[in-house]
Amino acid sequence: MAPGEHHAADASPATSPAAWCSHLRKRFRRHQAVHDVSLQVGRGEVVGLLGPNGAGKTTVIKMLLGLVRPDEGEVLLLGRPVDDPAARAGVGYLPELFRYQPWLTAAEVVALHARLSGASVPAAEQRERLALVGLGQRGDDRVGGFSKGMQQRLGLAVALVARPAFVVLDEPTSALDPVGRADVRDVVLGLREQGTAVLLNSHLIGEVERVCDRVVILDGGRVAAAGTLAELLGQRRLRLELTGVNAAAEQRLAATGPVEREGATWTVVLPVDDDGALVPALVRDLAALGVAVHAVEPVRVSLEERLLGILRHDGQPETHHQVVSR
Amino acid sequence: MSHQLRSTGVIALLTLREAARRKVVLALAALTVLLLGLAGWGFWRLGAELTSGEARVAASQVLNLVLFGLSLIAALGTAFLTGPTVAGETESGAALAVLARPVRRSAYLLGKWLGLAVFGGVYVVVAASALCLVVLWAVGYWPPDPVAGLLLLAGQTVVLLTLALLLSTAVSPMASGVVAVGLFGATWISGVVGGVGVALGNEGVARVGEVSRVVLPTDGLWRGAMHAFQDPSALTAMGAGAEAFPFLSTSSPTPLYLLWSAVWVAMVLWVATTAFARKDL
Repeated sequence: MAPGEHHAADASPATSPAAWCSHLRKRFRRHQAVHDVSLQVGRGEVVGLLGPNGAGKTTVIKMLLGLVRPDEGEVLLLGRPVDDPAARAGVGYLPELFRYQPWLTAAEVVALHARLSGASVPAAEQRERLALVGLGQRGDDRVGGFSKGMQQRLGLAVALVARPAFVVLDEPTSALDPVGRADVRDVVLGLREQGTAVLLNSHLIGEVERVCDRVVILDGGRVAAAGTLAELLGQRRLRLELTGVNAAAEQRLAATGPVEREGATWTVVLPVDDDGALVPALVRDLAALGVAVHAVEPVRVSLEERLLGILRHDGQPETHHQVVSR
Repeated sequence: MSHQLRSTGVIALLTLREAARRKVVLALAALTVLLLGLAGWGFWRLGAELTSGEARVAASQVLNLVLFGLSLIAALGTAFLTGPTVAGETESGAALAVLARPVRRSAYLLGKWLGLAVFGGVYVVVAASALCLVVLWAVGYWPPDPVAGLLLLAGQTVVLLTLALLLSTAVSPMASGVVAVGLFGATWISGVVGGVGVALGNEGVARVGEVSRVVLPTDGLWRGAMHAFQDPSALTAMGAGAEAFPFLSTSSPTPLYLLWSAVWVAMVLWVATTAFARKDL
């Protein structure tokens, strides 16, 4: 246990983060799965967990839920130490390996989890959860006859049944078709609207980019980078196709931000505090200076490019993401 | 009622429902009806061929023989049910979602144990009672102490399933069933070998049975059950060699032995819950 890092532990359960862990380490036999992971999911925050296969994402999730015991480190779940079962009362979990009792019906599985959660969830609300994931008509069918995709949908209903304050979704769309993936995205956005915290582990970067407030990137059992999307994706750039650029126009471009030129293509890095008025003003001024503006195109680095950049240049610290290494 | 206690009950009921839905109940019922039918036929022939005195002695032994078959069905049934329900659920991932609930692992495991114990116990009591009624109908024999016998048989089943539960927290579902049934068989054979030792007056050989009965109390409880079901005249008829006969028992278990069996179950259950609590899922 690391002393001096108990700011989360001191907070009361109602205001403490949904999940907080510090310096988690885990070794399986000869394989060090998790080296040193500290992360936090705030109340109502949607956090994406990204990283290549074997980065330790599922192990970190299991340690956060008390399913795997860390060798070192500390975990608080909704303000309580994770070895206290009550810490899990407000948690919904869809495991990567989703399997539900095949001899039960979908409605019985949901009812079982409602009972085990300790919350009293009326039958009508349980049926609502099944309907939300598209299993409204299949409640009385045995899970054994379900396809993989339907079982994953059932897992989502199970994760949501006890009105959780924190939902952990480990690869929630791995068995789903495009429609199912869109449904999951809507469910996560719905949770964010309700103020439910979500930890989403997904390989589908596009989805993480669309629904997450913040992203934690794991690589080789360590946090390779963490931050809000704006922080991780860096500054926006503007690409302009211009002819007739004079000295005054060049000065005007340079006043906006660092400029690069390649023939008629000019790229300007926009300041982070841009409130949206900058680009129209620049275009108006350039036109007034006699410059012919052929095209104006905002350039944004996608999360995928950023992720690949971070994973391929592992260990090189960059300005806007924290790199943890020992 | 605390949430953990309620969860134990929920898991116990779930285990019973699993046994029913997975057609385990149906399979056991079919096997039992088959065994009872064959036994009834055999006892009926026995009653027809022998004088009433001879029939009582023979019925005692054959009753114990058929009961052994029943207890074997119960042992195999519960041991092979325990593996899939505990090791199988952790292996497949079905336990992940359940144990991410505010449920202690010990509450989960105790629930499984309770469900299996009720299932195994009720099966043995119902099937053995039915067998006693069949014998009463066929040869007019009624055991001297059927209640004690039924309870000891149920106890034997509980001991074996507790062992299977411990094994299922450590090894794969298949291995746990195989090892549990193997140990059950080994203890029974050790008991028979020990009986031969007693009959021959060889202390070293007799000790084999005594030690195995302490290490795994299934055989001791089984011998107690046989003693409760057999006619006292069967022992006198067999004379000094009675100990060597595997389907007769010369004594009922002492209160100390019964206490030891209960302590054994509690201890093994404690080890199983401790091991399971430390397991990475």
